[in-house]
Amino acid sequence: MTWLWFFAKIGVALGIIFSLGPVCIMGDRKISAWIQGRVGPNRVGPWGTFQPIADILKLMMKEVIVPDGVDKVLFLGGPLIVFIAPVFGYCVIPFGNQIGEEKLQVVNLDIGLLFIMSVLSVGVYGITLGGWASNNKFSLMGSLRASAQLISYELTFGLTMLLVVMMSASADPLKSASVDLSKIVLHQAEYGWNIFGGATWWGLPSGLIGFVLLFTCAMAENNRLPFDMAECEAELVGGYHTEYSGMGFAMYMFSEYCSMILSASLIVTLFLGGWSFPYLTDPADHSFLAGVISIGVFFTKICIILFLYIQLRWTLPRFRYDQVMSLGWKTFLPLALVNIGYMAVIGVFLEKP
Amino acid sequence: MAIDRPTRLPMEIEEQTEGDLGGKRMIVNFGPQHPATHGTLRSIMEVDGEVIKHMDLEIGFLHSGFEKISEARTYNQTVVVSDRMNYLSPLCNNIGLSCAIEKMMGIEVTPRCAAIRVILYELSRIADHIVCVGLQAMDLGAFSMMLWAFIERERLYDIFENVTGARLTTSYTRVGGLMRDVPHDFKDQVKAFLITGRKTVREMENMLNTNRIFMDRCKGINKIGKADAISYGLTGPLLRAAGVPYDLRKNRPYLGYEKYDFELVTEQEGDVWARYRVRVRELYESMKIVEQAIEMLPEGPINIGDPEVVIPHKNEKNNPQGGMEGLIYHFKNYMYGHGVQPSPGEVYLGTEAPNGELGYYLVSDGTQKPWRWRVRPPSFYNYQAFPEMCKGGTISDVVSGLSSLNIIAGELDR
Repeated sequence: MTWLWFFAKIGVALGIIFSLGPVCIMGDRKISAWIQGRVGPNRVGPWGTFQPIADILKLMMKEVIVPDGVDKVLFLGGPLIVFIAPVFGYCVIPFGNQIGEEKLQVVNLDIGLLFIMSVLSVGVYGITLGGWASNNKFSLMGSLRASAQLISYELTFGLTMLLVVMMSASADPLKSASVDLSKIVLHQAEYGWNIFGGATWWGLPSGLIGFVLLFTCAMAENNRLPFDMAECEAELVGGYHTEYSGMGFAMYMFSEYCSMILSASLIVTLFLGGWSFPYLTDPADHSFLAGVISIGVFFTKICIILFLYIQLRWTLPRFRYDQVMSLGWKTFLPLALVNIGYMAVIGVFLEKP
Repeated sequence: MAIDRPTRLPMEIEEQTEGDLGGKRMIVNFGPQHPATHGTLRSIMEVDGEVIKHMDLEIGFLHSGFEKISEARTYNQTVVVSDRMNYLSPLCNNIGLSCAIEKMMGIEVTPRCAAIRVILYELSRIADHIVCVGLQAMDLGAFSMMLWAFIERERLYDIFENVTGARLTTSYTRVGGLMRDVPHDFKDQVKAFLITGRKTVREMENMLNTNRIFMDRCKGINKIGKADAISYGLTGPLLRAAGVPYDLRKNRPYLGYEKYDFELVTEQEGDVWARYRVRVRELYESMKIVEQAIEMLPEGPINIGDPEVVIPHKNEKNNPQGGMEGLIYHFKNYMYGHGVQPSPGEVYLGTEAPNGELGYYLVSDGTQKPWRWRVRPPSFYNYQAFPEMCKGGTISDVVSGLSSLNIIAGELDR
């Protein structure tokens, strides 16, 4: 029975990431079409819903061109690293409430938050190595930009996560969340979402700023448009994936959406109460139905965040590389530090429940 | 006002200045096939990190020999060549060429013809500017702006199609008049466009004017001063963005532009932002001109009455030149050694095309074919100042600068 549960949970986690991936691609294209006054893909299947499948089939059948003078191992390994990282990260995300004795989380790691941080950073290697191995100046520039950008935003990312840990801390050591993601969610379900400051209204500004910071940093980590320095279509042709074709390119593209989904899940888990929703879910109710409802709530929240991602991508222009860096170092990092300081002061002076 | 002309090839560089990374600079080849060039341009950049130290331009990838081709054609046939040069505002090239030939022959077009030409000229300018602003936003990553702009351009192209029968290869003007009169629903179509066009431009302004990212990417980028702009021979929005109030529609009016009330738009900064502002403000000014022209569009003939220049209408019974005599003129106009034959001499007429001064220099030897048919394309002069603007900027600035120049490769290489 335990093994059955284990595989079912893996199935759901993989299902979310692999089914939401194509949906995300489709949504990206349909929403962009909607914003731009176009129709969007509408030929393959009903309302063009099979378009991502057709795309992937096409890319699978294409020849993988390996240019002269590339480091073959790194060139072909790059997409794999990028692709595997977000899927890995998904195994610690709690995507639903407990059903019976089973937590809806593939692995309940005590260090969930740290695990996610490390996994997200691994993705950078794929981009950097792929671009570097391509033996192309545009790719090289793209991968250099990517690594510099991701390292700078990792700091703010980490500090904002620290904020969440502080918010979820509690006087009662049994209820204290530390870096366990499922406990962070439970804490929010009980005391209020972290975006609204967690347990105390004094934390509201801190929570809001933290949410915006995490959201923006996640966008930067995923190389989505206002921060897509690594790709920079108009400047660097394709950036790090200029030389990739066929499945290599498909993996890069798909992994972008996968890491988008992972980031969205992370944002939902850390700030928007994970699978919980007032009056809809009850942390104490461990029935099957409640579990399914909680999965649905989690799914809906992810979709809202993804929609925000896509909408921003199609309406904002792109930063310049040095502007991204100065935004990260001169604005976000101090802001995150001040934010943490504020939260710490609150934590000390206002005794938490 | 010293112009630092590139005298060396980037490959030959040996000595390095301080601040280099290990004494080596990277050569980045930008184009001829690159998403940001919008045509076949090539710039070879020598970069230190991402900062451009030196830049060389290479042109000629789209050279089509239009000038030489035109020497083997009659004057009216060269109109067809002229619209192939510009793929954003072909009607401007048609009208400019016809005006130049008419100036050479001392022909004054009819008031209705002049008004229609002004309307079409300004509509072309709107099509050009709106696409340019859209592409500028697209190159900076705001892809939606480009498609919004293209929706409006599509409406304009529908008007052009209705008027000329073609969307891009318009070939609408003739020496002494037009190919045909505008259709009966022309006025309504233009008025309908003015409403939607204004709305879209305002929407685009709302999206971009106060957009922090867009401002950061445009302000202070690719700056060129007043003196440099003049000495490089820049014209059009680029020159006006540098603070020089020079617009041929005001300074040397043609087609009766002095009758219309519009503002000469200038900005002072000379950077990409100023060019964007000039273009957007000119969009409103052009719409003003179109509005006035469409209100007072006079009735009457579109062609001048001289049957030596314009063939008389075939089917008009009341036309004194119909019938037998008309037939003879039809015959004569197309016979070798007859038709439009300016007396020997030369002429230069500059018109204010969307990108700057579009000049035609024609030399006639008295036959029906031009002896020399030369174009002064605005893009050619605008593009040569590009390395000067880019120096010290980053690769990203090259992209935002290039889209603000709005180089039309067909016109640049001719």
